[in-house]
Amino acid sequence: MASAPSKLYQDDASLVVALLDTNPFFWAAASLPFSEFLQHVVPFINSLLLLNQLNRVVLIATGTSSCGYIFDSGEANSNANANANANALCSGIIKKLEDFVGKDSKIAKGPNGNGDATRPAISSLLSGSLSLALCYIQRIFRSGARHPQPRILCIQGSPDGPEQYVAVMNSIFSAQRSMVPIDSCIVGTQHSAFLQQASYITGGVYMKPQQLDGLFQYLAAVFATDLHSRNFLRLPKPVGVDFRASCFCHKKTIDLGYVCSVCLSIFCKYHKKCSTCGSEFNQGTVDSTTREQKR
Amino acid sequence: MYGVGVAFQPSGASSSAGKSSKEKKRHDEDDEEEDDNEAKGVDAWERAYADERSWEDLQEDESGLLRPIDTKTLVHAQYRKRLLLRSSAGGSVVSRIQKGLIRYLYVVIDLSRAASETDYRPSRMAVVAKQAEAFIREFFDQNPLSHVGLISIKDGLAHRLTDIGGSPEAQIKALMGKLECSGEASLQNALELVHGYLSQIPSYGHREVLILYSALNTCDPGDIMETVQRCKKAKIRCSVIGLSAEVFICKHLCEETGGTYTVALNESHFKELLLEHAPPPPAIAEYAAANLIKMGFPQRGAEGVVSICSCHKEAKVGGGYTCPRCKVRVCELPTECRTCGLTLVSSPHLARSYHHLFPVAPFDEVPPHGRPGQRLPTACFGCQLSLVGQGVQPILRVSCPKCNQHFCLDCDIYIHESLHNCPGCESQRISAV
Ligand SMILES: [Zn+2]
Ligand SMILES: [Zn+2]
Ligand SMILES: [Zn+2]
Ligand SMILES: [Zn+2]
Ligand SMILES: [Zn+2]
Ligand SMILES: [Zn+2]
Repeated sequence: MASAPSKLYQDDASLVVALLDTNPFFWAAASLPFSEFLQHVVPFINSLLLLNQLNRVVLIATGTSSCGYIFDSGEANSNANANANANALCSGIIKKLEDFVGKDSKIAKGPNGNGDATRPAISSLLSGSLSLALCYIQRIFRSGARHPQPRILCIQGSPDGPEQYVAVMNSIFSAQRSMVPIDSCIVGTQHSAFLQQASYITGGVYMKPQQLDGLFQYLAAVFATDLHSRNFLRLPKPVGVDFRASCFCHKKTIDLGYVCSVCLSIFCKYHKKCSTCGSEFNQGTVDSTTREQKR
Repeated sequence: MYGVGVAFQPSGASSSAGKSSKEKKRHDEDDEEEDDNEAKGVDAWERAYADERSWEDLQEDESGLLRPIDTKTLVHAQYRKRLLLRSSAGGSVVSRIQKGLIRYLYVVIDLSRAASETDYRPSRMAVVAKQAEAFIREFFDQNPLSHVGLISIKDGLAHRLTDIGGSPEAQIKALMGKLECSGEASLQNALELVHGYLSQIPSYGHREVLILYSALNTCDPGDIMETVQRCKKAKIRCSVIGLSAEVFICKHLCEETGGTYTVALNESHFKELLLEHAPPPPAIAEYAAANLIKMGFPQRGAEGVVSICSCHKEAKVGGGYTCPRCKVRVCELPTECRTCGLTLVSSPHLARSYHHLFPVAPFDEVPPHGRPGQRLPTACFGCQLSLVGQGVQPILRVSCPKCNQHFCLDCDIYIHESLHNCPGCESQRISAV
C-alpha cells in the first residue's frame, strides 16, 4: 500500500545500510575482539564510499537494549570529512560506536545499576535495527526518482532472539515488498535462522566466513559490489534454508503439526484450547458467550 | 508484485490508452460517446477538461480562495481515519486477535450493461478490472493461506471465471481475458452460484462474497429475499461495493449477512473501499468453527536431486518441497498434497499473518509546540528526517504511546501499513513480565 515511488535507479550507486552487532556478551566471548572487528569493518565502509562518489553508507548499531544511528555519509558535514581525511572518518565512527556501547550497557543496567542483571540478554535487538534501516530506506525512496539503490547488510554475531520472531519476519516481508535485499554476514559461531530466511526471501546474500581474521577480504569481495554487478558474479549460494516451523508451546522444530484456524499459532500436538487467542476447539456447539461477542 | 509495480495512470492518459486496447467493444463505445458529445455540442477542448476532471484537484480555503489540494496532509488525514477506525473496530483485546485468517472469498464482478458507463474513466468495467487486480495481489499478500475465486454476472446469468484457489496470477489472468459487458445483472443468480460453491469448503474457513456492483437493479428469476436468507444461514458474509448509487437490496443483503455496503464516489475512493476488504475481518465465532488444522512444514529439497513432482507430473532437478507424511514432491507452497491431502505450508507463510494478531498501536498526534517545558526531539526516530521546520510552520509529528519516540508522518504511514513494527519499541528491551 505504502508503495515506493517508481524505481529509476542509477545503475551502480548504492546505499548500504550496515547493521553492526555491538552485543557485549557476544563480543566478550568471541574469538575476534570487538576492536579488531572494527579494524575490518570501518575500512570496508570507507572503501564503499571510495568505490563510487555517489555511494552512501549508513551505519546503525544493534545493541542489546537499544539501537541507534552511528554514521550517515549523506549528512553534509560527515561527507566533507570523508573527502578530506579517511582517518578522521574512521576515528569518528569508532568514537561514536564506543559512546553507543557505553550508553547501551547503561540502559541495560537500568537506573539503579542492577536492572536486568539476573537475566543477561544474550541476543541483540535485530528487529529494532532492521526497522530503523527500513524507515531510512523509505525516506530515500521518497526523496525522488534518482536515488542510490538501497540494500541492508547485517553483520551479526549474537544468536537469534526467539521473542523477536514476529518483528523480524515483519521487517523481512516489508523489505521484500520494497525490493530491498538483506545481506547477512555471520561472525558468530552458529548460523542464524532469522537471517537465512531474511536473505533467502529478499534475494540477498547470506555468508558465514570461515576465517574471521580475513573478514575485510570477505566483506570487500562479497558485499561491496553493487546490485547490478552482482548479476555477473558467482556469489555464495544458500546452502539450504530451514523453513520448518517451531511450535509455540515448546519452541521445538517440527515438520508436522497443528495450526489454530483463528490465529495460525503452531502447536506440536492437539490441544483443546489455543493458548494464543483463547479459541476452543470443539466444533459442535457454540456457547452463549461467543454469541454475545458478535456485536 | 506486492504493491510496488502498480502503476497509477492519470485519468487523461488512460482514456487514450483505452482506445489502443484490443477489445473492439470499447472502440464502439468510445465512438458512441464522441457522437453523443458532438450532439450535445461539446467541443474537443472542453472534453479535455471533462476528461481530466482538473477541478477535483482544487479545494477552498478558509477565505474562500481556490488552492490546489495539499495532498500530503490530506493523504495522512485519510490514513489516520482508516487506522483509528480499524483499531477501534477491534474493541477488546480478545476480539482484536480473533481474525478470520483463513478466508474463502468469491469476488463477483458485475459485467452487465451498466458496467460500460463512462462516469469512471475509461469505463466502470476497466476501473473495476484494474483495481480488482491490485486487490487480488494485496489480498494474497495479507492472507497467504486464503483462497479467491472470480464470478462474473452478465446477460442475467452468473458465470464462474475461476475455481477458488490460492494463486493470484491464475485469477488475474482469467479476469483480464473476460472483459466484455452486456445485458442485465442478476444478484440472485450470483448468490445462488456462490452459495453452491462455498457450501463445500471446510468448516474452519470464513466464507465471504465481495460484489463489485455497477447496476442499479437486479433482474432475478425468483425471490431474492429467500436467497439472502439462504446465504445468511450458510454463514456467508456478503459485502457490496456499489459504483453508482445506493440500492436497497444490496444494503439489505449486507445487513442480513454481516457484511459491509459502501458506494464509491470516484476511482480513488473505489480503490480505497476495495482495499479495505484485504485485511482479514474480525472472526465471528458463529461464522467459522475454530479448529486445529493438521499441517505439514516441508523442507526445501536438496539442490541437484531429480524427482518427479506431483503437481506437474514432470521430472524436475533441485528445489521443490517434500510432503512430510507421504514424501511426495511438490513445486510450490502453500498447497495441498495431491496424494495425502495434507495442507503444506512454510513457516514464513504463517508469519505473514502474524502482524494482524499483534498490530502496532496508532500513534498520537503531537501538538505543534509540545507541552510547555517539553523539549521535542529534533529528528524522526525512524528515518532521521529533521522535524524542525524552517519557518514559523512547525512540521507535523506523531509519537508512539508505548515508547514515546517521535516519528514523521511518512514513517507513521509506513510503520502501520507495511512494516507493522514500531522501530522505537523494537529498539528497547521489554523486561520480561
Ligand atoms: Zn510444542
Ligand atoms: Zn489461536
Ligand atoms: Zn510441479
Ligand atoms: Zn502427502
Ligand atoms: Zn521518519
Ligand atoms: Zn513504539
